[in-house]
Amino acid sequence: MSEREACGALARRNAVAKVGAGILLSLLLLVAVDPVTPLVALVLELLVVPFAGVGYGLLLRRSWPLLVGAVSVFVITVLFGAPSGSPVAALGPFEITSDALVAGLGFAVRLLALALPGILAFATTGATELADALIQQVRVPARFAIGALAAFRLVPLLMAEWRTLTLARRARGIDAGANPFARLRLFAGTAFALLVGAIRRGTRLAVAMEARGFDAGVPRTVARPVSFTLADALVVAGAVAIVAVSMLVSVGTGTFAPLW
Amino acid sequence: MTARGFGWRYAGRRAWAVRDLDLTIGAGERVLLLGASGAGKSTVLAAFAGLLADDSGERAGTVSVGGRDPREARAEVGMLFQDPQTSLVLERSGDDVAFGLENHGVPTAEIWSRVDSALAEVGFPYPRERPTHALSGGEQQRLALAGALVMRPGLLLLDEPTANLDPLGADLVRTLLKGLTGQTMVLVEHRVAEAVPLVDRVIVISPDGVLADGDPERVFAAHGADLAAQGVWVPGATGGAPRRAMRPRGDTLLRADGVGFRHRGSTVPVPYGIDLEIAEGEVLAVRGPNGAGKSTLALLLGGLLRPTHGDVTATAALAGGDARTPPWRWRAATLAGHIGSVFQSPEHQFVTSRVRDEIALGGVPAETVDDLLTRLRLERLAEANPWTLSGGEARRLSVATALARAPGLLVLDEPTFGQDRRTWWELIELTARLRDDGRGIVVVTHDGDLVDVLADRELHL
Repeated sequence: MSEREACGALARRNAVAKVGAGILLSLLLLVAVDPVTPLVALVLELLVVPFAGVGYGLLLRRSWPLLVGAVSVFVITVLFGAPSGSPVAALGPFEITSDALVAGLGFAVRLLALALPGILAFATTGATELADALIQQVRVPARFAIGALAAFRLVPLLMAEWRTLTLARRARGIDAGANPFARLRLFAGTAFALLVGAIRRGTRLAVAMEARGFDAGVPRTVARPVSFTLADALVVAGAVAIVAVSMLVSVGTGTFAPLW
Repeated sequence: MTARGFGWRYAGRRAWAVRDLDLTIGAGERVLLLGASGAGKSTVLAAFAGLLADDSGERAGTVSVGGRDPREARAEVGMLFQDPQTSLVLERSGDDVAFGLENHGVPTAEIWSRVDSALAEVGFPYPRERPTHALSGGEQQRLALAGALVMRPGLLLLDEPTANLDPLGADLVRTLLKGLTGQTMVLVEHRVAEAVPLVDRVIVISPDGVLADGDPERVFAAHGADLAAQGVWVPGATGGAPRRAMRPRGDTLLRADGVGFRHRGSTVPVPYGIDLEIAEGEVLAVRGPNGAGKSTLALLLGGLLRPTHGDVTATAALAGGDARTPPWRWRAATLAGHIGSVFQSPEHQFVTSRVRDEIALGGVPAETVDDLLTRLRLERLAEANPWTLSGGEARRLSVATALARAPGLLVLDEPTFGQDRRTWWELIELTARLRDDGRGIVVVTHDGDLVDVLADRELHL
């Protein structure tokens, strides 16, 4: 989420509204364990995608690990689920039943419907925007939010450092070959060196922030005021609406099954 | 700004970083703070910036800025650090400049006009939305300076602001500093010759107070030789004759044919199409601006990266039977026996907790270890932890570790970076001797003096 990839209607909305709507949507969907509620929600979510200013291509790029997860959940449930219902086909030692198919599909759809709002929220939200909104709307202390933001900036530096440390060990004549214990030891040693380097960097950054008055003791002002507008409220309302419609459909078709 | 009998001892240290320091710097003065490494220069700057926390050490005497405790005068003091990567806080350039204004409670309505004028003052060539990670080192340092100037500080403290930059970036920052008017400026800088034109007063300190103080010409005339002996870079020549190869180059050791490397996620290979040969008994210097792929080339020649384009091949003169496969395929132990690589930051290569163990790593015989400890003046530190060494000592140790397995080829990445004059000459002498022993040496460097004094050939990327 370090950099906002999308620019569109949703990208301009308050970060807290987006993340809040995403969490709300996911939590409410947890209540229903039938396959119809998440299926309807997923369809509605996908319909909202273009209005969010997120292309389906970008969405696919962001969510391919999730799709892999959903397919695995489906396959595992179908192959190893409790054998009940009418047999549909046989795959070697596995008997595939209609109940297992429905359950597998249900799990997969549920996973997608739960995760998609979060992906949308973070694809349209920059880290800076989120920190700004957290400070201004949720009253998260700036010390924490800006500190986390600054630390976040060090991540790519540490990744480059890890590569350098790995090469430096090879240059010193150290490699692990195929021995798993040697590998583990080498990994631990490199990780320790990375940690020492990270602490040094973090300290330097903290000093630089202090020199710029991060702990000045006067009330902080904000360079980027963030407001919570009607449109932001509509984002949250939209999330609630999606859940409501999904549940109405599943109740109406007589398939709704609550968690308890 | 004044210091009266100021002293500071970091918690857990026996020696004072600095003590008995008395100095007064008037408004508008431009001062170069000099001293051998370990003289306490950075500590003095940190004290004036109000960055020495009471719980991190012991204090003696007083420092004040405009008659006040520096911790209360922080809004009037701007500070620029050595490494811009760890001084920038936010993702977008404009937001980063605004950071100090937010912290000091400047009203939102005022913030952006002040950000824009600070960016204009440093000649920042991009819009405020420019991501800070997309800037070069020199541009990042300019942005960091804008972040300091935006507070309109009366006092500007600069801690080696050009040390991490390539010559082009360093020039950019120095030009900018020269053009600044109105601020009192205190500068700590290693390479004095470049810094002198920026100042009108030089103060030389040691851990025991002020050694010399006055206008640059007089200070260097009176104390130049002393300072040079202590390792301070004084203006003028490097102070020694070039070291040329004693005999003609021998057999070729390593060959690069059309070598290039494309980093993951990037579309163009950098460097690309490099052809070179390196032979016994010669020093090849590789130069070029930051981002030209010098360090990557060092890794490719050192057998640490597999080239994505072209081939790096060792000759039998370097590696005997191992030369049948390219260096990047060799096991690490084989590689270290044929090619020694010394990285830019010595700490990256330390893997043990004792200097002696560091050299002995991989079964190096005790006589060789003792010999190297003596040759590189590390005997006294044999039991020390490598992480506690000073910059010069750590550099000497990293060279010693590369030499321990007697490789025929050495690849050095910025070996003289940040070194004082004394260590600089030691490294030059050592490299010249290794060349005369018949080793091939590749030096990747920005250091023009090193190239003038030592290199037999030069490759410009």
